[in-house]
Amino acid sequence: MTMEAIDIAGPEILKEWVGKSRVYEKSFNPELMHEIQQFIFREARLQDIHDYDAWEDLWTDDGLYWVPANGTDTDPERQMSLIYDNRSRIALRIRQLKTGRRHSQTPPSQLARVVSNFELLKAGNDGDIHVMCTAQIFETNLRGDTMWASRNEYTLRRVGGELKMAYKKVVLINNNKAIYTLSFLI
Amino acid sequence: MDGNLKSKWDELIQPGLVHGSLYYDEAIFREEIDKIWFKTWVYIGHESEVPDNNDFVTKSLGTMPILMVRDSKGEIQLLQNRCPHRGNAVCVQDKGNRARFTCPYHSWTFSNSGDLINYAFPEGYAGTDKSQLGLSKVPRIAIYRGFIFGSMAEEGPTIEEHLGGAKSVIDRLCDNSPTGEVEISAGFLQHRTRANWKFVYENEVDGYHPAFVHSSIFSVADSGITDLYGADAVAVTRSFGKGHLEVDPRPEFRKRDVPMSWFGTTADKLPDYVNQMNAAYGEEKAREIMIDGTPHAVIFPNLFIAEIQIFVIQPVGPGECVQHSTAIQFKDAPDINRRLRQQTMGSVGPAGFLLADDTEMYERNQRGLEIRDPEYLYLKRGEHRERQDEDGYLIAHSTDDMPSREFWSHYKSLMEANT
Repeated sequence: MTMEAIDIAGPEILKEWVGKSRVYEKSFNPELMHEIQQFIFREARLQDIHDYDAWEDLWTDDGLYWVPANGTDTDPERQMSLIYDNRSRIALRIRQLKTGRRHSQTPPSQLARVVSNFELLKAGNDGDIHVMCTAQIFETNLRGDTMWASRNEYTLRRVGGELKMAYKKVVLINNNKAIYTLSFLI
Repeated sequence: MDGNLKSKWDELIQPGLVHGSLYYDEAIFREEIDKIWFKTWVYIGHESEVPDNNDFVTKSLGTMPILMVRDSKGEIQLLQNRCPHRGNAVCVQDKGNRARFTCPYHSWTFSNSGDLINYAFPEGYAGTDKSQLGLSKVPRIAIYRGFIFGSMAEEGPTIEEHLGGAKSVIDRLCDNSPTGEVEISAGFLQHRTRANWKFVYENEVDGYHPAFVHSSIFSVADSGITDLYGADAVAVTRSFGKGHLEVDPRPEFRKRDVPMSWFGTTADKLPDYVNQMNAAYGEEKAREIMIDGTPHAVIFPNLFIAEIQIFVIQPVGPGECVQHSTAIQFKDAPDINRRLRQQTMGSVGPAGFLLADDTEMYERNQRGLEIRDPEYLYLKRGEHRERQDEDGYLIAHSTDDMPSREFWSHYKSLMEANT
């Protein structure tokens, strides 16, 4: 097989899983990176401890929370996603969890997640911050123990001096397979 | 069988009582594969999933993977994804478009209608009849209004005989589309479930649980579903026989007499759809359809038409199955299709407002059966109020166990058969 063939075949086969090519930021701004990481670590902690109100407060008013199925760059306006919540549906999801009668979270999943591999994407002109990272989550609940792994993409925005989430996309590595109930905040 | 001796199945399945082992026993599960999944008609997929020639998708029949293909001539084929040589898979993709399948092991190549075209180094097979070495097909295939069914039995009831009155369920669904056609085009969510497939099937037509299992979402969202499943509901359950069952909310919707109320909306929110329906059926008939809405029914043994989505139940083992779910799309009706997808995504799949909690219940039921006293599950609710409707079908209150009793009665008849 020639090198050209490998160059073409590799990305073609992997495209669904790696997603479209992205332009990464090459310069390094340690202060900004620190601030972003602290924000995302905090988000992770709020999810792990089921602090629903504090987590919901992290969103902008136009937030979009997307967990695609069957690939990375699917069209959420045409294809089924595991979660495709606009801001009002994020609020509904939180209201349901807070009833205490969301049976799949009663008792709540016990969770610990690690978020790593932060990389900034090249910024556009709108001032938004685009960041990629990888997450691994250990979940234990009545059913047993489950490992989750994902590539995450965030759009963060400064609102009143504070970072907020305008967009969070969670691409589960096994999102083309049958997966167990996912009712904690991923 | 000696008439004085009770069969194993008479012991396990009694009026209103079913034995726990039916859900966890490995040998019974294997027997079900032979006597149910490889015997009756099983729903495989929908024609719209393979719209173009050479399209294929991976599906399943019981525990067996199947390639559902629209071949080079446009015919639907159900091929068994097993190279006749040494058993390798000839295709490992979930879907795609290709005219041929080549086994990676020794390069045997098949057309997408299953014929063996070539094998590597053919001189080693001098005198061999290639026509005997194609991919095996599901012996019988039937398509009703785009819904593709397969049967591993060479002979048996026709699809019309199998569906019986449940044909009307598919008709009612398709009638809600202004073109009379539905499409399954949004891809499936796959929900892995640590419970027996029968817990899932039975729950789909259990109108007793929603008020409790789904109270969390009903209390925070304005769904209007609650009225259908209360003690005072006028909705009924109906058995079409042969394990096909429905919860029929039409009496409630006809009482409301508001078009699109079944969908939790009003006609003015979907002007394009309503206009299309009026044009297709005339205003009077369109109004009737838009009041009645789509059905909530199961077609034995694995298809659940859930108003705006379908579920396909795939058995994996006695304690595991997969629920495949997706939005139903009405052909050429974009304004309602977006809502159908949005509502489906909110409701079903591993993160769904409804199905995450249903699935939690199935999994707890399955674990509960480790406790062996009592030995039987109790399915007697509403025995005293079963009755027949004007078509002679058994009906009961929407919260009654009649659908489960009917499911088990059909199950027993299949499992008792010797062949």
